[in-house]
Amino acid sequence: LLPNLDFFIAWDYLWFLFKNISPYFWSALGIGLCVGLSILGAAWGIYITGSSLLGAAIRVPRITSKNLISIIFCEAVAIYGVIVAIILQTRIEYVDPNPDSGAWPVPAYTAGYAIYGAGIITGWANLACGICVGVVGSSAALSDAANSTLFVKILVVEIFGSALGLFGVIIGIIVSGQANFKQS
Amino acid sequence: MYGLEALWFNVKDGYLEAVVRGHKSGLLTSADYNNLCQCESLEDIKLHLQSTDYGPYLANVASPLHTTTIVEQCTEKLTEDWANMRCNADDPLATFMDYCTYGHMIDNVVLIVTGTLHERDVQELLDKCHPLGMFDSISTLAVASNMRELYRLVLVDTPLAPYFSSNLTSEDLDEMNIEILRNTLYKAYLDDFAAFCNKLGGATSEVMGDLLAFEADRRALNITMNSIGTELTRDDRRKLYSNFGLLHPHGHSELAGAEDFDQIRSAMEKCPPYQAIFNKMGYGESQMLDKVLYEEEVRREVFTFEQQFHYGVFFAYMRLREQEIRNIMWVSECVAQDQKARITDGIVYIF
Repeated sequence: LLPNLDFFIAWDYLWFLFKNISPYFWSALGIGLCVGLSILGAAWGIYITGSSLLGAAIRVPRITSKNLISIIFCEAVAIYGVIVAIILQTRIEYVDPNPDSGAWPVPAYTAGYAIYGAGIITGWANLACGICVGVVGSSAALSDAANSTLFVKILVVEIFGSALGLFGVIIGIIVSGQANFKQS
Repeated sequence: MYGLEALWFNVKDGYLEAVVRGHKSGLLTSADYNNLCQCESLEDIKLHLQSTDYGPYLANVASPLHTTTIVEQCTEKLTEDWANMRCNADDPLATFMDYCTYGHMIDNVVLIVTGTLHERDVQELLDKCHPLGMFDSISTLAVASNMRELYRLVLVDTPLAPYFSSNLTSEDLDEMNIEILRNTLYKAYLDDFAAFCNKLGGATSEVMGDLLAFEADRRALNITMNSIGTELTRDDRRKLYSNFGLLHPHGHSELAGAEDFDQIRSAMEKCPPYQAIFNKMGYGESQMLDKVLYEEEVRREVFTFEQQFHYGVFFAYMRLREQEIRNIMWVSECVAQDQKARITDGIVYIF
């Protein structure tokens, strides 16, 4: 009693559309988003923390050295993105498409999508992580300036926040581990 | 959208928010007030204040100390802090900070006009003006003799120009009309400020909305109390109440008809937050009302610092610093006149 999906979805045309998009496009897009979004997250977090830190340090200069940890956590997020991008790009190998149909062998598509997936996993996770650590770092700087016993406790919150980026890196590496263009 | 300020607030205003929080952490605590209360002379007070944030401002004050000198130097600190923040501010924070000072501007205008009416020297009046509310052409206020001239000559170039509404009359400036002028200007200013904060949206509009609503209601209460027994009609009184706040519009209609303190009290107590305030006062007392209202205001302003990424902290800092200066003035006067019995009654503790 389900509607005949062949009437609504032109499967042949869908396959035609996707097979003509090179898997190398998806791979490149994944790598680009991985680096780009990670760095966006890191930059976002650094400016959120940095502006509060600078303003608060005018009155209470002692907070600067401890609060650089927040900046370092944000920077780590950018490094994760670069590392995963380097790992992803080593998995790319060129295979020739089938001369008759113009389609690549199926393992090539799978590998292309895997690298794309790994890239966006890492990218979005690092974006969220960077913003999270940035906002917490800003509050940490302001509360450290007011009461110096608070900093170590807020650091625990930041550590949990920065674990989010690690999750993205781990899953990204696992997913891209299965990406073999030449699998037979 | 409310809740996402954390993402973009720090681009323009993160630095200044951190700076104002630094200033706030330098406000006097109850330990400082205890020390000040135990002072025997103004020299002792100066000594204690030098170990606080006021140090550089009181260091070079000449030896025969007066209360007014101490208060002037403390106000100087507030003015300099404010000016430093204001010149580093970008829109819309700059506009917000200007709005915070328009209340003082209105008070200064009224002060000079009243003083001129009583034939006081312009320079003496200018010295008494609040520094946060100064504007360039303020000294020319002394030449105006009625409201229309006041507007046409001086106020049209100031930020207060839009608050002179269409019911500007050419009545001569006399005692009664000046108070009505002050309250009309203040009403228009509060309405404008509240609209501006609403337009900013997010946490600023919520925090400032609460603070300004309390301010509007408090002014409505004071207007009502001061106009009992004068020839101000109900409708005129109603026109001086702001167009927002917890008492708008039903509480206002009740307050407009109130003729003595008990009726005012019953009108205000219909509003739960104000009922809590009035419960702190015994039945029939109206002297403590000022202090209770100040305490409530300070409590709300301290709460604004609990949240990050909004402009309310700037307004709250200005008000808290002014309250602290009032406290210092009270303590100094008590010490100078050797009347230390009620010294703690007049202090509104901030922390």
